[in-house]
Amino acid sequence: MNDFLRAAFFLLIVRPLLMIFIGANVRGRDKLPRNGPAIIVANHNSHLDTLTIMAMYPLHDLPKLRPVAAMDYFMRTKFKAWFATRIMGIIPLVRSGRDHGESPLAACEKALDRGDILILFPEGSRGEPERLSEFKRGIAHLVRTRPQTPVYPLFMSGLGKVLPKDAVLLVPFNCDIAIGDRLAWTSDIDSFMDALKTRMAELASQIHISPWE
Amino acid sequence: MSYVASLFATPVHVTIAVIYGLLIVASFIIWALRRTHPGQATIELSKRVVSWWWMITVFTIAILTDRVISSVFLGFVSFLALKEYLSLIPTRRVDRSILLWAYLAIPVQYYFAHIGRFGLFMTFIPVWMFLFLPARITLGGHTEGFLRAVGLLSWGLVITVFSLSHTALLLSYGTVHGHGAGALLFLVALTQFNDVAQFTFGKLFGAHQITPSVSPKKTWEGFIGGLVTTACIATAIGPYLTPMPAAWSCAAGAIIAAAGFLGDITMSSFKRDMGVKDASQLIPGHGGILDRVDSLIYSAPVFFHFLNFFFWSPLAR
Repeated sequence: MNDFLRAAFFLLIVRPLLMIFIGANVRGRDKLPRNGPAIIVANHNSHLDTLTIMAMYPLHDLPKLRPVAAMDYFMRTKFKAWFATRIMGIIPLVRSGRDHGESPLAACEKALDRGDILILFPEGSRGEPERLSEFKRGIAHLVRTRPQTPVYPLFMSGLGKVLPKDAVLLVPFNCDIAIGDRLAWTSDIDSFMDALKTRMAELASQIHISPWE
Repeated sequence: MSYVASLFATPVHVTIAVIYGLLIVASFIIWALRRTHPGQATIELSKRVVSWWWMITVFTIAILTDRVISSVFLGFVSFLALKEYLSLIPTRRVDRSILLWAYLAIPVQYYFAHIGRFGLFMTFIPVWMFLFLPARITLGGHTEGFLRAVGLLSWGLVITVFSLSHTALLLSYGTVHGHGAGALLFLVALTQFNDVAQFTFGKLFGAHQITPSVSPKKTWEGFIGGLVTTACIATAIGPYLTPMPAAWSCAAGAIIAAAGFLGDITMSSFKRDMGVKDASQLIPGHGGILDRVDSLIYSAPVFFHFLNFFFWSPLAR
């Protein structure tokens, strides 16, 4: 039932909306991982980020996709919680760090072991739209536990203009997406974070970015 | 048999049938080229031809079915063009809601085109929107970058909405004056044909650049070759599709070719300033919608006013 609702939501609402009002120019679409376990690491500007990444997948692949999202934000109301966990298939993450002893990343690790494709936003929040904020290191901790997992960096620009944080109205803009080659685990957390940041900067330089003034 | 006969019922239908004929010939040539010259260049060309099949089919359906569908379709082209334009230019975050007003101008402008109200159509953007938008921005209270925001938005509305909406007015007037979609088909087919002809002549004989700093591939040989071919075809089809006799059709063809060329290089200039080669990647092998309608942005208003002034307006009678 949930799979059906999710497929219908993407087919009837998300895809037409993205196609007509947004329109994505995607570079490196063939690099998108089709099979799990895998991690997509993206920068975060808007609620539309997750939808746009998921909409690039065929409908039958949707159940494999697991966006990792902040628990405190999405669990605020009953409807939001239902929508986030059942339709979007999120893995709720406790933002404030360790909670009753278990690692906050335990759910992510389990999902990877099941062969899911995680979508992670290491900026932590959408923040100031269209501006890259500091990456949190959780992603490196996660990859360290599963060093064989392929990690794919993905850079997006434009969606923060369509629907920035706190905005209600959608304003149509084209968005640009660049997907990079697989990023391998480096051996320690600092060098992995550096490699990830370098990759993101490379991807950002591939696309035309016209930021807010 | 009667169904086949009905496909050739009007000059518009015959012209579209001929266009499909040309497309089939072009597809065969590209298919042969891909066998003899495999490589990136022929792959690009075949992508381009496949996109032509799509665009011509959508355009044909849009202009042959119903005039409401035609107007909505042409308005949608303007919407895609404005979206591409706004995505490329620098915008201020405080102007988010202003951009929505600019988008809302599209249905209004195309409605005026649809009902054929010349005065409203001609004044809505260059008078009313041009007065309203700066005032609305002013009420927002952000003066830093004001002039830049107004200038960028105004020019964008003129090229993507005002200019392009002349296609819908052409259809409106054509219907009223008994030529149906003929004049619109004449304009769009010749503008696009001229693009292809200029490209082909330029490839074959190009030697003397016209604007090396804007568009190095545009040459006098391509321009003149395209203009002469377009004028010849216009002379042949104009008397069937439009109220113009052969000599006037020839002049109209030359005007469309020259205006189309200017539109093409003007939009190249814009893209160069923004640091992009294509306005987006919407149409495989072609780039964005702005890359496809760049010539039409100039040829549509120029041709409409030519035809209207000499043949449709009361002055002519």
